[in-house]
Amino acid sequence: MSPEVLSALTIFVLAILVGFEVISKVPATLHTPLMSGANSIHGIVLVGAMVIAVEATDPLSQVLSFVAVAFASMNVVGGYVVTDRMLQMFRKRPTAPQPAAPADGDKA
Amino acid sequence: MSTLDTVIQLIYLAAAACFVLGLHQMNSPATARNGNRLSAVGMAAAIIGTVVLIATGTYADVNASAWIIIAAGIVVGGGLGFYTARTVQMTAMPQLVSIFNAVGGGAAALIAIDDYIRLSGVLNASIPLEVSIPTVLDVIIGSITFTGSVIAAGKLQGLIGGQPIILPGSRILTAALAVVAVVGALFLLAGNVSLPIFAVILIAGLLFGVTMVLPIGGADMPVVISLLNSFTGTAVAMAGFVLSDPVLIIAGALVGASGAILTKLMADAMNRSVLNIMIGGFGTGDAAAGASTGGPGGAVREIGADDAAIQLAYAQHVIIVPGYGLAVAQAQYAVHELAALLEARGVDVKYAIHPVAGRMPGHMNVLLAEANVPYPQLKEMDEINPEFERADVALVVGANDVTNPAARSNTASPIYGMPILDVDKAHSIIVIKRSMRPGYAGIDNELYTNPKTGMLFADAKDGLAQLIAAVKAV
Repeated sequence: MSPEVLSALTIFVLAILVGFEVISKVPATLHTPLMSGANSIHGIVLVGAMVIAVEATDPLSQVLSFVAVAFASMNVVGGYVVTDRMLQMFRKRPTAPQPAAPADGDKA
Repeated sequence: MSTLDTVIQLIYLAAAACFVLGLHQMNSPATARNGNRLSAVGMAAAIIGTVVLIATGTYADVNASAWIIIAAGIVVGGGLGFYTARTVQMTAMPQLVSIFNAVGGGAAALIAIDDYIRLSGVLNASIPLEVSIPTVLDVIIGSITFTGSVIAAGKLQGLIGGQPIILPGSRILTAALAVVAVVGALFLLAGNVSLPIFAVILIAGLLFGVTMVLPIGGADMPVVISLLNSFTGTAVAMAGFVLSDPVLIIAGALVGASGAILTKLMADAMNRSVLNIMIGGFGTGDAAAGASTGGPGGAVREIGADDAAIQLAYAQHVIIVPGYGLAVAQAQYAVHELAALLEARGVDVKYAIHPVAGRMPGHMNVLLAEANVPYPQLKEMDEINPEFERADVALVVGANDVTNPAARSNTASPIYGMPILDVDKAHSIIVIKRSMRPGYAGIDNELYTNPKTGMLFADAKDGLAQLIAAVKAV
């Protein structure tokens, strides 16, 4: 095993342990935003998608890397935006009395 | 390593630190929003750093078509992500998270596919194990995540029946697909380079994702989504190994760990093993409208809205127990209105949230937060259970199995051992329910025949509206 792979493996294992440690402290109240926040973090795959786009020379690779970049961008942007939207709803006290009319979430 | 390279690597390290610290700040609703923003800043830095690396020709001589691909991909994907994130309804969050799992896992799989095509194109190629192992794992996990998440989203959206779909021989098919993928993987790991075999592994993975999720019922979705989330993280980490990119490895590992923890928590909350859930076949899935069957053996006491309202209005402590039925009926706003009325009368109101109340971990909290319920009133199971003894009234809306005392006392019950909310310990219990139809587990709930319990037969929204009107009239 090359030193690079060994250090990558070390990082991988330690990061998993850090993940367990940090995430087990998150209260159940926040599990949905946590999951969607973690979702945005795996959008980091965009970095990899951009790299393969640069290396793509034939049409097949170009199509694959385009789809990869688009998927990953959707993941990153959508994930952070929706997590922020959810978290702003968590308030300690009710804000100014809202009319009984539901906000934008109640069209169904 | 050039200076620029070093700087960018340090930026990646900073981004990884932002992810960890951002997740850490999720431990309280007060700091969570900042945490998410910190994580977003780290992400932006990592992406900009990568663009700089690309522009300076670190990876390959960059041509115009690559820039067009990247720019077009970011605009199309980012725009779509932004639009859906802004417009999605909170009840549809589980579907959206599933879609993000699908695209994340899909992107990771595409990286492995592209990398393998390029490597196998080299004449007399031999791919070392340290590349072939993560590539094969990436494509398997990524493809399972992609189709599995799409099917899960389809089920949650109601496009595919929420009932477990079990086709004849589907279990055998699932097992056969797994065998095909594993044998193909071993063939490649043995040193062979074969694009057709790689394609077979990919297709087996894609089909496996479908046959794995189809038989799982709607009510098991919290576990499925968490598991697929964990898969996505792992796939991204594998993509990091393929590209030797530590920031992908770290981010993927964090998400993999988070998904794994949530999977375990959800499975524990249902007192079932993850394997048992994935094999499926328990219960009938979603609480879809069905014919009401006869009541259970014991006598059931029916209560009118006026009597229930008097109990609530003159209580000191009220605990509301919302279940998914509440969300289905879109009654979050009504329940908050009732709670606000009671609080205005000096009643202390709290919400008891079971871990699986909803279609994904923590879903009910988001739905209530959206309806403007302050988060200090949202209590987790372990925190609220000792308080039921002091509660004058427990109001159960759209929750069933998670309140069934049989889980505590009746060793013969299929849900024995499942952690439940101790609703039966309250002085008085009001249950809003459409009929006596049993819940997900298909068993009678002893709570309903408890002499302390009054049943208010109504749809969650109607029942709450009746209570609101009646409390106003008290």
